[in-house]
Amino acid sequence: MNLTTALARFLIFPGLLFAVPTAWFFLWVERKAVARMQGRIGPPFMQPVYDFVKLLGKDTPPRTGVAGLLMKMWPLLAVSAAAGAVGLLPVLPSSGGFQGDLILLLALLELPSACIIAAGFSSRSIFGEIGSAREAVLSVAYNVVFLLAIVSIAASQHTFRLEALAQLPASPLRWLGVAAILVCLPAKLHLNPFSLPNAEQEIYSGPMTEYAGPELAMWELSHGLEWVAATGLVATLAAPHVMIVWLAILLFVALSFFVVLLLSTLAAATARLAIDTTVRFYWQCTLIFAVLAISSALFMGLRS
Amino acid sequence: MNPWNRLMCYCRRRSPWLFHMNSGSCNGCDIELIAALTPRYDAEQLGVRLEGSPRHADILCVTGPVTHNSVQAIKTVYGQVFAPKAVVAIGSCPATTNVFIDSRTLAGPLNKHIPVDVFVPGCPPRPDAIVLGVAKAAEILAERGVQKPAAAALAADAPAALLTAAPEAIPVSLASAAPAAAEPVAVASAAAPAPAAKEVQP
Repeated sequence: MNLTTALARFLIFPGLLFAVPTAWFFLWVERKAVARMQGRIGPPFMQPVYDFVKLLGKDTPPRTGVAGLLMKMWPLLAVSAAAGAVGLLPVLPSSGGFQGDLILLLALLELPSACIIAAGFSSRSIFGEIGSAREAVLSVAYNVVFLLAIVSIAASQHTFRLEALAQLPASPLRWLGVAAILVCLPAKLHLNPFSLPNAEQEIYSGPMTEYAGPELAMWELSHGLEWVAATGLVATLAAPHVMIVWLAILLFVALSFFVVLLLSTLAAATARLAIDTTVRFYWQCTLIFAVLAISSALFMGLRS
Repeated sequence: MNPWNRLMCYCRRRSPWLFHMNSGSCNGCDIELIAALTPRYDAEQLGVRLEGSPRHADILCVTGPVTHNSVQAIKTVYGQVFAPKAVVAIGSCPATTNVFIDSRTLAGPLNKHIPVDVFVPGCPPRPDAIVLGVAKAAEILAERGVQKPAAAALAADAPAALLTAAPEAIPVSLASAAPAAAEPVAVASAAAPAPAAKEVQP
């Protein structure tokens, strides 16, 4: 393991230096796609950057004690976890650097959502608590399918290592798993059919209700980085393995962009579902496919 | 002005987030405010976002003639918006209490209770007038952020005196600095119907 390569991957590509502008770009694409779907022009290209800088310049509420410290900590933890998840993605074909496995990536992807739950409860706002409770229920609903899909991919290719997964040719089972992950992404990113935790017309801003200024800017950034990490996971699993560096980067960006467009269009075209409908959707309709995928993966593993 | 302040000014003007508050309005102005975000007017081109929480907002949009019941709520919400902030009074009611003047249920107008930066008169005002008022408020907000606190407090006090002098004479009043600097802007409420959405440069 080479420390320089590991640092370069975390800090430059696909880590922070690449991920932060891409996060802002994806946030803009999300808003622009929704605007175009509604027949509007939408925000200017630099809008997420304007929002971020403006939020950095606003005052924050005075927070004291352990609860105040925790409230300051959650957004930072969410940003670092999401940035770490992006840094782990096996985009470049060259091996070396820190070779994380799928389980670490899953943990880092799940951490921002856990931070949101904790942030809502530590803010002690009634709207924050309701939002956190919804986020927790949502997380339990989609994670069963999400984890089963990941496990079925890993089982069908006999490895949990990300590098090896990216290099192996895609099997039909992997496509089933990628489809199941795609179904889970709207809930993971709080997009419209499943935008329950931050349902504006019902519970103000959910867990974010009490956040302001730089802390809110960190939440926006962590949401953008989650976009990059989640769509990047799909892109790395779906992309064919190429040895040329610039082509690999181009494929990664193009596939991520396509997934962002797809999800934003879905968000603009649908209305919010109730929490019981959401849970029923994931546990009754989607779970069948995930169970099918994992059972056939295990069956194929036994035969070979 | 140092480069960081200049950048902050630039970004503040392009990213006004609104919080909408009803202080006993008949809902006419509320509907027009929502209409300003629709495809026809598309305030999002100016970076406008309607926020769910006053903690996130930069501009407080108040509609309604301020009933006794809502005074405390308005003061609370105004305190919950963090500095720098601006207030836009939408409709004739918060500016003058309109046809409800002398009613015993009212504690208006709005600038008796919180400092107001921009008045958008009309019953209800057109959505394009509201968009113009929000754009003016965003300019005031950008300047206010880099002022010294004492100067900002002075600027916040200015519009109250200005409005009590001649409320009807101010269509969309720009009252950021001294009263001398405030000059009435073209009567936006009587503007012709806006064409379909087109690119607006903030």
